[in-house]
Amino acid sequence: MGIDLEPLWLTLELALSTTVILLVIGVPLASYLAFRSFRMKSVVEAIISLPLVLPPTVLGFYFLLAFSPGNAFGKMLESVFDIRLIFTFSGLIAGSVIYSLPFMVHPIQAGLQGLPTSLKEASYTLGKSKTETLFKVLLPNIKPALLTGIVLSFAHTIGEFGVVLMIGGSIPGQTKVASIAIYDEVEALNYSAAHFYSFLLLIVSFSILLLVFIINKRLIRRGQNL
Amino acid sequence: MHFSKMLLMAEGEMPLEIDAEIRDGSVTTIYGKSGAGKTSLLRILAGLLQPEEGFIEVDGEVWLDTKKRINLPVQKRKTGFVFQDFALFPNMTVAENLRYAASQKNSDTFLKELLGMVSLEQLADRKPDTLSGGQKQRVALIRALIIEPRILLLDEPLSALDTEMRSILREEIYQLHQKFNLTTLLVSHDMGEIYRLSDNVIHIDKGKIIDTGTPHDVFGASRLSSKIQLTAEVLRINRTDVVNVVEVLIGNTIVKVIATDEEVSDLNIGDKVMLFSKAFNPMIQKIG
Repeated sequence: MGIDLEPLWLTLELALSTTVILLVIGVPLASYLAFRSFRMKSVVEAIISLPLVLPPTVLGFYFLLAFSPGNAFGKMLESVFDIRLIFTFSGLIAGSVIYSLPFMVHPIQAGLQGLPTSLKEASYTLGKSKTETLFKVLLPNIKPALLTGIVLSFAHTIGEFGVVLMIGGSIPGQTKVASIAIYDEVEALNYSAAHFYSFLLLIVSFSILLLVFIINKRLIRRGQNL
Repeated sequence: MHFSKMLLMAEGEMPLEIDAEIRDGSVTTIYGKSGAGKTSLLRILAGLLQPEEGFIEVDGEVWLDTKKRINLPVQKRKTGFVFQDFALFPNMTVAENLRYAASQKNSDTFLKELLGMVSLEQLADRKPDTLSGGQKQRVALIRALIIEPRILLLDEPLSALDTEMRSILREEIYQLHQKFNLTTLLVSHDMGEIYRLSDNVIHIDKGKIIDTGTPHDVFGASRLSSKIQLTAEVLRINRTDVVNVVEVLIGNTIVKVIATDEEVSDLNIGDKVMLFSKAFNPMIQKIG
């Protein structure tokens, strides 16, 4: 049938890189939000949650403006770091990271806030630093929340369309991910290819979610019984 | 050790003003109603709570001096804090909990020795969730001791346990204190605990110290010229025409006492009372 598999690989690559980056920035951000109170905290939380409510096209539109070399920020990126984010794969990653940020931060933040404060305090009185406490005591006790964050970000990035279309366009091998490919194929009335991509995405998404629920159930049961 | 501090509490902004000195190597109980500021006091000492102003000096080392902007972080204070909920790390086994607390120089033999002292060697590889309340308590206690703390802070250490376990652990805490001779601060309501363990009592109410001294001094026992004194809790008051029968709980035993109208007039169920008896009227019989 000669169907191009590249969009699928691209989607996978995008979702993986986005998730890894989100994990690296999401954990410190979530723990900061969970344990500190500062002025403007609500503002920061609102900004992080924005992608939940905004149409992806709005987000994508502003990214497009911000990243474009015609603007100060885009120009700075290009002249200082030699990075161009418009119509490139790195641009897609940058957009996806911001777009999926709440899906990583919220579960981890909730998980950390749900732990008894005495765990954290006990670790401090034992002379352990905040970082050591976070990695050795707090995070290992919120594995279900971490898993949820990882999987939601991953799945959400797979399903992303509007942001990707706005800042990436549909450049084969660069920015043409599966969701875009489906749109293109439907537009070209090539239903069999669209069906192939769609069905694969459906299966992949379903299996990921199923796996998460099974693992989470086991983690929670182990937490209760053992 | 001196400390005086002032703090605004969440509920109703209660100032906590404490000025006290604690003798090296002694056990001091902080006693008072709930919400009196007992736990806050421990938390301030440990550095988990920052008072608006104050001065804390331990063994000649200044931990807190708001005037000079000195505030030793909690990690550097080396306080052994035993939390009310024990705060064992659920992701680690008993041995891992202890090893996490232990610094590099603590050898595994010291760790085993501590485990042995509270007879927990068998449970070293179990997760905290599988332990009973008493076992958790012991792990929490030796985990606090393993860092060789300057002071030991126990926040209602036995409140989550049943009566029998309490008296066993009370003895263990006593033994551990004898062995390590640690300056200990203990929050407690339990008379048995206070009398058995503490050299001194600080009675606080609404954030202020209202009395300090030995348990005898504070609970008024020495002010009476009686020979037998028991602290008890009122369980039931039966008022009849002729006589009033008050049922009180002493330790685990329920005792019926006859009381005059005047005596029961301000008694309520749940009140702590003292039963005392002069030298001649108690009778004694050998039971084995």
